[in-house]
Amino acid sequence: MLNDTQTAEAMTPQITVRDFNFYYGKYHALKNINLDVYRTKVTAFIGPSGCGKSTLLRTMNRMYDLYPDQRAEGTLLLDKTNILDKGIDINYLRSRVGMVFQKPTPFPMSIYDNIAFGVKLQEKLSRAEMDERVEWALKKAALWGEVKDTLNQSGMSLSGGQQQRLCIARAIAVKPEVLLLDEPTSALDPISTMRIEELVTELKDEFTIVIVTHNMQQAARMSDYTAYMYLGELIEFGVTDQIFIKPQKKQTEDYITGRFG
Amino acid sequence: MVNSAKRSAGLGDMIFLNLTRLSAVLTLVMLLGIIVALIYGAMPSLQKFGFSFLASREWNPPMDEFGAVVPIYGTLVTSLIALIIAVPVSFGIAIFLTELSPLWLRRPLGIAIELLAGIPSIVYGMWGLLIFAPLFGQYIQPFLSNTLGHIPLLGRLFQGPPMGIGLLSAGVILSIMIIPFIASVMRDVFEVTPGILKESAYAVGATTWEVVWKVVLPYTRAGVIGGIMLGLGRALGETMAVTFVIGNSAQLDTSSLYAAGNSIASALANEFSEAASPTHTAALIELGLILFLITFIVLVFSKLLLLKLNKQQGKES
Amino acid sequence: MDIRFKRKLINYFALSMSMIAVAFGLFWLFWILLSVFKLGLGGLNLDLFTKMTPPPGSEGGLLNAIVGSFIHVGLATLIGTPFGVLAGVYLAEYGRYTWLGRSTLFINDILLSAPSIVIGLFVYAVFVARVGHFSALAGIFALALLVIPVVIRTTENMLVLVPNNLREAVYALGTPKWKVITKVTLRASVAGIMTGILLAVARVSGETAPLLFTSLSNQFWTLDLNKPMATLPVTIFKFAMSPFEDWQRMAWAGVFLITLGVLSLNILARVFFRQKHKN
Repeated sequence: MLNDTQTAEAMTPQITVRDFNFYYGKYHALKNINLDVYRTKVTAFIGPSGCGKSTLLRTMNRMYDLYPDQRAEGTLLLDKTNILDKGIDINYLRSRVGMVFQKPTPFPMSIYDNIAFGVKLQEKLSRAEMDERVEWALKKAALWGEVKDTLNQSGMSLSGGQQQRLCIARAIAVKPEVLLLDEPTSALDPISTMRIEELVTELKDEFTIVIVTHNMQQAARMSDYTAYMYLGELIEFGVTDQIFIKPQKKQTEDYITGRFG
Repeated sequence: MVNSAKRSAGLGDMIFLNLTRLSAVLTLVMLLGIIVALIYGAMPSLQKFGFSFLASREWNPPMDEFGAVVPIYGTLVTSLIALIIAVPVSFGIAIFLTELSPLWLRRPLGIAIELLAGIPSIVYGMWGLLIFAPLFGQYIQPFLSNTLGHIPLLGRLFQGPPMGIGLLSAGVILSIMIIPFIASVMRDVFEVTPGILKESAYAVGATTWEVVWKVVLPYTRAGVIGGIMLGLGRALGETMAVTFVIGNSAQLDTSSLYAAGNSIASALANEFSEAASPTHTAALIELGLILFLITFIVLVFSKLLLLKLNKQQGKES
Repeated sequence: MDIRFKRKLINYFALSMSMIAVAFGLFWLFWILLSVFKLGLGGLNLDLFTKMTPPPGSEGGLLNAIVGSFIHVGLATLIGTPFGVLAGVYLAEYGRYTWLGRSTLFINDILLSAPSIVIGLFVYAVFVARVGHFSALAGIFALALLVIPVVIRTTENMLVLVPNNLREAVYALGTPKWKVITKVTLRASVAGIMTGILLAVARVSGETAPLLFTSLSNQFWTLDLNKPMATLPVTIFKFAMSPFEDWQRMAWAGVFLITLGVLSLNILARVFFRQKHKN
């Protein structure tokens, strides 16, 4: 497994997962996960439903904190800090690790305010600076051209694909280092899906991206690294091309070739 | 044979349809009946006083002189006090129930709130008169006089002899009564906010308070307003909880909230069965008509607001 | 101040206020229930259930008022329920898109939000004033008018919840509409409708205002619906406002009985609803 990651040469991982376990109440959902997420690369988590890929993603910004019966054990380093530590500032963590969800989730406010929402939480910007930031984020998300004249309209007035790009813009407006995408295209039509994929490939120059997907072609097209998970275990992790062309494990091969899953 | 069975099915359908339709029409008749009966009953007073009924502070049964200002003022002021206390408290309770409470506590707390809503209003009234008012007059009212009473303008509301009963006490009892109504509506609407929407607000680093205030509240505003209106409707028409503690005085010539007053409902409860002259009875019925109109306006207002908000959201989405 | 620190501070402050709000709400609930139980149990004795309401200054019980309340609530429910269910059926099954259906739905909301004392006033005007004297019948009529809108609302709500494919399956067998409704849709929602009726009963059991000038009250035992009749809430009102300590004690006992009754009905309705919906 480590052989593959050696091709990453001198790159240091941005997120390091070691001996990681996760529980929903008594249910042991993730078992002894070890994996690295590399800086400014796209890492994809694939596997059948219920394998724990979304669970793993949601620990990276401590989303599970919202639910009292969920708990994590082990080490999950973002750079040098263990984000599982009790003392860390969760709001600050979440400003460093952005997230986009399965379904578009525009807030009940204008397009402009949607983008400004997260920024206002962290920084005090003048009106002009904020305008600039909103424009920057919308341009990054390839949405500026479509909405620049309607910034005061409700975010809910956009189409599904536009809404999802709005959510991406909202996430990157905070200037996070990592972007978590939880099946971001599962509720979208093929054309919107394609645009999001293109967008992600462009964004990876600036952000470290972790994406959970059901769609294997999507993982193959977009990601640099792929992790295949099954029933709470990490079966195989490595450079995407290798995982897809020459998987080491029989299980991975079966899933990828569609014999299972 | 087959034919007659079919025909009887058609007949059954017709009978059943008309039976149910008749019952529906009955509610229409009921509403019209209420309005017509009240106007008819109020006629002597309407004819004698006309619009001056709404402007006169005189309420003098022996002289047969009646004006509605004091009871209308009492109704509005007690309801307003109730809302000022109940809305923030209910909001806090709803936040706790949906965002903060540990899971095991949610159900029992929710049930407790709903039971509080089920307690008959006469219990609140009697408790208010015999238990609450003496303590309120002895401790809370002097305290308020010594603190809020010193603020210019606003202070005038908290001056005067602390009797325990009066407009302020009635408002406080009303607020206790409507808290469960407003809180349970707010909780229900907060609960239907999609989890994923809240998660995405948390995901940009918002605190719990920021998520509730900036995302959940705007998302649920229609329901929240509906809940507040529901509480207001209750407070305006509440009889027993108010009658016990408002002091039942038809005279009011001070701006102090400690003063005894009257609400429309309490005036009806106290005076109606003992009204001697036909004009007195008619004046009381006219008060009832006004109360009905006020609650009707509150209802229509809240419906229109909801409709407008829904339309807005419809246009947006 | 550091913006992140300030945000945290606001958050802690707001969340603490929310907990204080809960404590505030519970404080009243416990205080009220505690007073009612303590003073109510203190006033409880066998006389309450065996003797009539007394004249001032002498001993007595609440028997006639308790029986009167049962008669009022029982008959009001018996009269109000069928009308409410039938109207609810019309709204959900026939009138969903008609002018009559929509306006009835709105009118029902008005009636639901109408102050109960106004309903009492209405009954006084159309009934008591015509007949010339107060009577239990008028009070029962007033309570029935309060039951109807509650039952309409729940019936309509519950019927709308019945899935359309169930209806279609029954129609597909060639069943006439009235049989579809009576044999299937009503039956499918019977638990919800029963819950609504129980809640309506709980609501009118504690109603005082609409009885004040319809049933009035009666110091003596009577089963004659054409005469004024005592009920528990009105008797409590009279006794609690009086200066006599004996009467106030009886009022507390009465309040205890009513609270107990109404809360049990509420709990019963909840349990009933949950059990039926589990199956």
